[in-house]
Amino acid sequence: MKKAIIFNKVKKNFGKLEALKGIDLVIEEGEFFALLGPNGAGKSTLINILAGLAKPSSGSIKVMGHDVIQDYQNARRSLGVVPQELVFDPFFNVREMLRFQAGYFGKGRENDDWIDEVIEGLDLQEKANTNMRMLSGGMKRRALIAQALVHKPPVIVLDEPTAGVDVELRKRLWQFIKKLNQKGHTIVLTTHYLEEAETLCSRVAMMDQGKVVALDKTRNLLKRFSAKNLNLRLDLKNKKIPVSVQKFIQSSDHSLITFLLEEIAEVEFIMSELKKSKIKILDMELTNSDLEKVFLKLTGSKR
Amino acid sequence: MINFKNEFLGTWTLLKKELLRFWRVVFQTVAAPVITAVLYLLIFSHVLADHVKVYDNVEYTAFLIPGLIMMSLLQNSFANSSSSLIQSKVMGNIVFILLTPITYLQFFLAFLIASIVRGIFVGVCIYAFALLYVDLPMLHPWIIFGFAMLGGALLGTFGIITGIWAHRFDQMAVFQNFVIMPLSFLSGVFYSIHSLPPFWQKLSQLNPFFYMIDGFRYGFFGQSDVAPLLSFSIVTFFFIVLASVTLGMLKSGYKLRS
Repeated sequence: MKKAIIFNKVKKNFGKLEALKGIDLVIEEGEFFALLGPNGAGKSTLINILAGLAKPSSGSIKVMGHDVIQDYQNARRSLGVVPQELVFDPFFNVREMLRFQAGYFGKGRENDDWIDEVIEGLDLQEKANTNMRMLSGGMKRRALIAQALVHKPPVIVLDEPTAGVDVELRKRLWQFIKKLNQKGHTIVLTTHYLEEAETLCSRVAMMDQGKVVALDKTRNLLKRFSAKNLNLRLDLKNKKIPVSVQKFIQSSDHSLITFLLEEIAEVEFIMSELKKSKIKILDMELTNSDLEKVFLKLTGSKR
Repeated sequence: MINFKNEFLGTWTLLKKELLRFWRVVFQTVAAPVITAVLYLLIFSHVLADHVKVYDNVEYTAFLIPGLIMMSLLQNSFANSSSSLIQSKVMGNIVFILLTPITYLQFFLAFLIASIVRGIFVGVCIYAFALLYVDLPMLHPWIIFGFAMLGGALLGTFGIITGIWAHRFDQMAVFQNFVIMPLSFLSGVFYSIHSLPPFWQKLSQLNPFFYMIDGFRYGFFGQSDVAPLLSFSIVTFFFIVLASVTLGMLKSGYKLRS
């Protein structure tokens, strides 16, 4: 199988700050890949280097076999990037912007059918002749995605595509992007919303402080860190949770306590300890871990 | 492999976008400078026509017009590339160009040509207004055209440099007010530098705007303060220097690609 993107020992320094400490990562063609990480992890820096908006201090990146520096024209033709910020050109309407964008890639009128398809796919028909300035935030976001698609790039990168987008639109966007993925486009997204990565992406890389701290199939990651959560609502009138179970507490909100368990047997232990202290259990729930917890586990310890 | 269709279409698209950009706000980008220049013309010619005589067979109002045209042309060529770039940078939409296969040379050409077009368009409008007012000879049209192109190119290039360099609108204004304005007013638009005291004459001779205006004016009247070939050489030299600097900046991604 062809490789969509190869990151090879990518480093980036801003003065003394090491923003990227040597990223090695291969994304296969046709993948739906997520890049997760807290703010400042280096995701956007990595995307910027990939897109040619920044230069690596060392290392290299190839997109569909084209080096992003030596063969930048072909690399950029293979790549559609949706920037994180809601940027727009206030002088033009949606269709004009899309035509210009296609033109920069050497695509002329013959590309208009595809532009119509993109406009339709993103539900932009009614706004196609509206000035970018007059669009709502959600519409601007759609226009940005459309702009990244005008040249039919095989690899599509979305940098926080759903930040500040309402739930309804988010759902529609993902439907559209899933369809692109089914048609063979490789999708890479960075996101804060872990549940998005969990439901959409086949593989996940977690970044923290300029490094990839975990890279695996989403389901393996979840399995590997298959911790369970025990949520208890307790009657804590004048009573304290016994010291012996306090180490399991992950969070507490008044009477609602969440315990993080590594084994199911620990449930029994906690229950019996609580019983000994005569604490009444009002409600109880056992849940599986999600990516968020995996993520906190991987990155939290170093903070 | 260079695909010429792609390269041409890329450059043409960027140029078209730049042209449309100023055309959408034509009142601000063309009508405003034309009105300013016409006001200068009316006021200065009214006040000074009977007092200043520069060339024997050229009346002052006629003398003034080529200078005003060139001054406006230069200012607007500068304004076009510089304000487009600073706006794109502040708005962030410059990424739409940076994400594409557009090369640094295509980038340069598109912004350069758009600047020249706006400068010359403003100049032509002022010329049309001036014709209503005074009879203007045009002895050497090609020299006029040559200096107009060269002046537009030089200031368009300078505009690209400042647009890339500046981070904010106020830094841009510094260039506009402390470089472009003094250079254009102290360039012999309103007078011949021969009428200046020796010190100011020497100083004017260091001003590239002086050569552009003097050479441009020669195209109309066949008379100038210095030989037009000298002016042409000096302006060309300045253009080559600034164009090299600009291409170097664009190639390295200076302030555009971190």
